[in-house]
Amino acid sequence: MDVFFFSLFAFIALICAINVVLQKHPISSALSLVGVMASLAVLYLMLGAEFVAMAQLIVYAGAIMVLFVFVIMLLNAGVEQHKGRSWVARLLGLPAFVALLGLLCYFVQRTFSGTGSVKFGDFTGGGALPIGAALFTDYLLPFEVTSVLILIAIVGAIVLARKEMD
Amino acid sequence: MDPAVLTETLKNGVPTSWYLTLSALLFAIGVAGFMIRRNIITVFMCIELMLNAVNLSFIAFAHQRQQVSGHLFTFFVMVVAAAEAAVGLAIILTVFKNRSTLNIDEINTLRN
Repeated sequence: MDVFFFSLFAFIALICAINVVLQKHPISSALSLVGVMASLAVLYLMLGAEFVAMAQLIVYAGAIMVLFVFVIMLLNAGVEQHKGRSWVARLLGLPAFVALLGLLCYFVQRTFSGTGSVKFGDFTGGGALPIGAALFTDYLLPFEVTSVLILIAIVGAIVLARKEMD
Repeated sequence: MDPAVLTETLKNGVPTSWYLTLSALLFAIGVAGFMIRRNIITVFMCIELMLNAVNLSFIAFAHQRQQVSGHLFTFFVMVVAAAEAAVGLAIILTVFKNRSTLNIDEINTLRN
């Protein structure tokens, strides 16, 4: 059952990722990216990361992608125009990329072949309680620095977008 | 891999290396999109795809080592990605207002 669900959602994630790259219109790319994020959330659940899976759905698939779609609609972005690429890129691009993917699969499988298996329910420390406990003890400083980062991002976004208004 | 060994392995669940392979493939697709796309918004989405791919390997390693630290790293990556998306899209708005184009081939003032 684990293998079936992993294969199904890994397949969906890969197809959607390829679709992100191949679609000409940004809206189609954005919707495919939502598909990648949703199937990754299911894979996180299978790895026992309930909190991260929900955060992935709410923050990534919800907030960030809505922001992307807003901007695409605001700018009225259309199909992208293609200028000619060099013939080397046209000829060698796809075969070189497929060779890269093959090499990646081979070496990752070889390097990490003995690293155990994932069975649903093996790891139960991914709920909100253990994450909150670790966040407010071991990772307190990064957590506080994060708040400064978000403050800077808010101020930066407002300053940049204000020029847009006037 | 030998089919008999593979069947025996799959009885224990999905090998961790499969999750890592998926993560590597998604990252490579993101890199390819980053290089071949010409729309600045699509390029930005490919960066998000790469961040997601790395998050998957963090979670896979967290499961392998039975520790919660990987989940926290993923959490911080998400926070940084949210801040980056907000600022990046504001920059794209400003660029579009000044240049009226989203094609990264035409946005090359720094180069000249």
